[in-house]
Amino acid sequence: MYFNEDHNALRATVKRFVDKEINPYVDDWEQSNVPLHDLFKKMGDLGLLGITYDPKYGGQGLDYWFDLVFLEELGHCKADGVPMAIGVQTHMATPAIHEFGSEYLKETYLKPAVAGDMVTAIGVTEPEAGSDVASLLTRAVKDGDSYVINGSKRFITNGCQADYVTLLARTSDDPGYHSFGLFVVPTKTPGFVVNKKLDKMGMRCSDTAELFFDDMRIPAENLIGEEGEGFIIQMKQFQHERFYALPGAYVSARDMIDMTVEYIRQRKVFGKPLIAKQVLRHRLAEWVTQLECLKQLTYHIVRMKMEGLDATREITMGKLFAGDLVFNVAHGCLQMWGGMGYMNETLISRKFRDSRLLSIGGGANEVMLEVIAKLEGF
Amino acid sequence: MNIIVLLKQVPDTETQIKIAPDGKSIVTDDIKWIMNPYDEFGVEEALRIKEKFGGEVTVVGLGPKRVTESIRTALAMGADKGILITDDALEGSDSLAVAKAITAAVKDLDYDLIFTGQRGIDDDMGVVGASVAELLGIPNISLGIKVEISEDQKTVTVNRPVEGQTLVIESSLPALITAQKGLNEPRYASLPGIMKAKRKPLEEKSLADLGLDASEFGTEARKVKILELTPPPERAAGKIIEGETPQEKAAELARLLHEEAKVL
Ligand SMILES: Cc1cc2nc3c(=O)[nH]c(=O)nc-3n(C[C@H](O)[C@H](O)[C@H](O)COP(=O)(O)OP(=O)(O)OC[C@H]3O[C@@H](n4cnc5c(N)ncnc54)[C@H](O)[C@@H]3O)c2cc1C
Repeated sequence: MYFNEDHNALRATVKRFVDKEINPYVDDWEQSNVPLHDLFKKMGDLGLLGITYDPKYGGQGLDYWFDLVFLEELGHCKADGVPMAIGVQTHMATPAIHEFGSEYLKETYLKPAVAGDMVTAIGVTEPEAGSDVASLLTRAVKDGDSYVINGSKRFITNGCQADYVTLLARTSDDPGYHSFGLFVVPTKTPGFVVNKKLDKMGMRCSDTAELFFDDMRIPAENLIGEEGEGFIIQMKQFQHERFYALPGAYVSARDMIDMTVEYIRQRKVFGKPLIAKQVLRHRLAEWVTQLECLKQLTYHIVRMKMEGLDATREITMGKLFAGDLVFNVAHGCLQMWGGMGYMNETLISRKFRDSRLLSIGGGANEVMLEVIAKLEGF
Repeated sequence: MNIIVLLKQVPDTETQIKIAPDGKSIVTDDIKWIMNPYDEFGVEEALRIKEKFGGEVTVVGLGPKRVTESIRTALAMGADKGILITDDALEGSDSLAVAKAITAAVKDLDYDLIFTGQRGIDDDMGVVGASVAELLGIPNISLGIKVEISEDQKTVTVNRPVEGQTLVIESSLPALITAQKGLNEPRYASLPGIMKAKRKPLEEKSLADLGLDASEFGTEARKVKILELTPPPERAAGKIIEGETPQEKAAELARLLHEEAKVL
């Protein structure tokens, strides 16, 4: 109903890529890191890293249904850290360059990201600024043809391997939202320091870094859009980031349900397979109902994007709902697996750890609620 | 080098196959169809040879309209043209009839080499490739795991595994080679490839277009008749050997292998 032959062909390619190039390796990557340069190069060669971007910069110039198909299939990765790393590249660190960047920035930084030659990261969060982005302290001071940047960022996905970070920094002390700039910061710039890879409960294959900037001098032309507009541009970029999370959420929830059903079909408790318990079957039925709702909201958002409408409200609702959904499904499924689910050898235990992030990262649930309440005028 | 690849569409290996009420066919409603994996090796090998020597790769499929999707996949991988032989009268044809229709479609094309998979993973007959070679009067080399074209492009050398050894066969061209697992690792259809595939020529041919008599095709004309399909026997539950010590368990295992399984 929604997809044509081309969408199906893309789905087959991404499915195969996930089955062959990602899933066989995730157990190893969970112990170390996803080798991003290697993975992204393969994806770039297949045209997967700039599906909606302008062909002038190596993109495919295709519509959001293709993007959706791509994200849905990535949802089948057996470690959520992999699609997250990919999502940073395609939906979190580059949309602003594509939309607001100069020709120079697009040629120098967007093109190699789309080709898979450069790995990207998005640097917004700081020790003193997470949910309250506008309280960030990293400062960019204009000095002739350069900006000199001082400060730090934390929890930066892909931060250890990135070739550049799309970085939000303060350009003036004036209160309000017009005191920021969004910059492309090459990580080989002197003064750029990766302090460490952080140790996390989940998303273990993803590298999450703490970054420091010590009198780091970057060319003024690395500013994306106008000075003073960085915050607004980043808020728009967040819409892509949050949209990215939706298809993966309902697909991953479905996978968790499927693997759990398979398990409780053969697991006998009190003489009968667990699935015979109505209370469990009803719980499963409730989750598939909810994930169908999220899927339909997501399809509605795609239609809105296709019409060029502002989908901030719907995307925010989707992100909120998705965070709760994967959390509830992972928690509930693990319960059905019992002690087996608590063992690291079962995928559900990794899913449980990985899925915990969605209601925090990319804007916590409470922040989503604030946005929705504001848009509703409450 | 102009190369033809014969392609069959088969149920995805992940599909749960159900036998239809007639007991002679399978339920096709919920099946996801894919390109026969052995044919995919053929497509890949043809593309590699084309990339080395130039020329064109033509993909030929037979079956209902849905086979178009698999032909498009081959085009997205890099093949140049497609031909779909499709006709209601073909429904239920056996391997020989299929080979006849394919032969009619390719005999007048300009080709140096034909690839097919060594067998379709659905019926496992493995007959079409050899039959087409026979009908065309060209050499048939089966189960290729390595294919090398001579620099003068006049001969082909094919490695075939035989009982742990390798048989090396040299043949004149044109020839037909059936592809075996191990020949290569097929590439992915890239997204630009997928979009380009739409604009590549894909011709449809009916039996009449090929100058064939429909009465020689279909279920009625089968030389090989299917009498009955039965599912494989359900796997019996495994047995867990009880025992306090490894010695005890080993002794019990030996006893069971001797007395119950009667293999020792
Ligand atoms: C694995 C991982 C990867 C990440 N990757 C990146 C990245 O690549 N780039 C990047 O910039 N950031 C990244 N982040 C940071 C992430 O976006 C932040 O963690 C998130 O925005 C929350 O900020 P915080 O952690 O500072 O929490 P805080 O701002 O300290 O908030 C703590 C909690 O308070 C609650 N809260 C917040 N606001 C309100 C409110 N208004 N009302 C009621 N309760 C509220 C929420 O429940 C929230 O979880 C990552 C985080 C993690 C864990």
